[in-house]
Amino acid sequence: MAPVELTTPLGEVILSLRAGDRVFLSGTVYTARDEAHVRMQKEGIPFDPNGAVIYHCGPVVQDGRILAAGPTTSARMNNLAGFVLDAGVRAFIGKGGMAENVREELRGRGVYFAFTGGCAALAAAKMTCTGVFFEDLGMAEAVWVLELDRLPLTVAIDAVGGDLYETARNRAGACCDRILNRR
Amino acid sequence: MIRERFATAAEQALLEASLSLPEDVVAALENASRREEDPVARAELATMLENLSEAKCLKVPICQDTGTPVFYVTLPNGFVFTDEIYAGIAEGVRRATKSIPLRPNSVDPCTRENYGDNLDNGRPVVHIRPGPRCELTVLPKGGGGENVSKVTSFLPSEVHRIKEFVLETMCEAGGRPCPPVILGVGIGGTFDQAPALAKEALLEPLGPMDPFETELFDAINALGIGPMGLGGNVTCLGVKVNRAACHTSSLPVAVNFQCWVCRRATVLVEVD
Repeated sequence: MAPVELTTPLGEVILSLRAGDRVFLSGTVYTARDEAHVRMQKEGIPFDPNGAVIYHCGPVVQDGRILAAGPTTSARMNNLAGFVLDAGVRAFIGKGGMAENVREELRGRGVYFAFTGGCAALAAAKMTCTGVFFEDLGMAEAVWVLELDRLPLTVAIDAVGGDLYETARNRAGACCDRILNRR
Repeated sequence: MIRERFATAAEQALLEASLSLPEDVVAALENASRREEDPVARAELATMLENLSEAKCLKVPICQDTGTPVFYVTLPNGFVFTDEIYAGIAEGVRRATKSIPLRPNSVDPCTRENYGDNLDNGRPVVHIRPGPRCELTVLPKGGGGENVSKVTSFLPSEVHRIKEFVLETMCEAGGRPCPPVILGVGIGGTFDQAPALAKEALLEPLGPMDPFETELFDAINALGIGPMGLGGNVTCLGVKVNRAACHTSSLPVAVNFQCWVCRRATVLVEVD
């Protein structure tokens, strides 16, 4: 199937996406890692969260130019996803997937996009930096405002409970037991 | 003099490692993308190869996690070891952090204050060994693979559990170490030596594997975790096992993951 073209802010259209679909995402996204989530929880979200996309990423930035901006491990934010979804955020971009609680929190309202880990140069080629919040948190932990130009993504967790990571994990667990003659 | 030579070598090695992967790793990725059958996994591998071209073309780091620089230095017989070597490498890391640039990754473990220079209170991580030439190798180690790496102690009668430990560690890690991974396995030594052996195994280029490495490699790829944990045939690019003698009552085993961005570079240091 041909990739789906999407532009932020995201609306109801994302509810029809299914795990395994390929997407090209354009428009504004906001980076946030552990420290930024903790700060947003305390002080509020510094951007309009309606239909917004949060990118789990700590980029390398030089003089306002994004040099490298691949995804970080999303699981670290497992307990920090609920409040941003409640505020209207529609999607996360990251790597490695998120826990069952987030899969449930996404149900009926949002999706999780996988961007290939380590692909920081490709990402940088497809984005420009237009602003920053919480710069005092340091380069990796600040909230960077990025304009995307067709970033290639995979829908890894959809809004109806589909989860590619969970499927792969279950299969791996069963296979591991079989190899070790445990079942 | 020695200080400046090591500074230049460290900066050069970091530049080389950050912008391009060794040929053996690129070949393994290309080979992986040929044998992968799952459509999502094929797209992931294609994105990885495209990213390598972009990094080379734009002269920017392959991955934004430019890692913790771990150095291995060999010194020839008769070469006098002084603190100038550490000072030089530290200077090289400081320069590379600005010139490439590298993401400042080193922080105080408890206050989480960022040191800003990728050093440990001014000191680099350096392992020194005797060798035929004066060479400096850097292994910039990303956080993802490190965070799911493991060390354990088995009973001497539990040699058969090593495979189980490696497979379970891989299953538990899933997509977090950025597969397709390379696994360094350290068997034996003392408690601290086993993970050091596992890490040093990652310095070896990918190539022919012995029967035990092949057995682990095939079992891991049968798991179906796939590139980035999204499912697929290719979970692992290679397994390297390093062994050392251990105490008769011990059997420490360690697994160190290397993400698909397997960066390593070696530079010859000019010494008189």
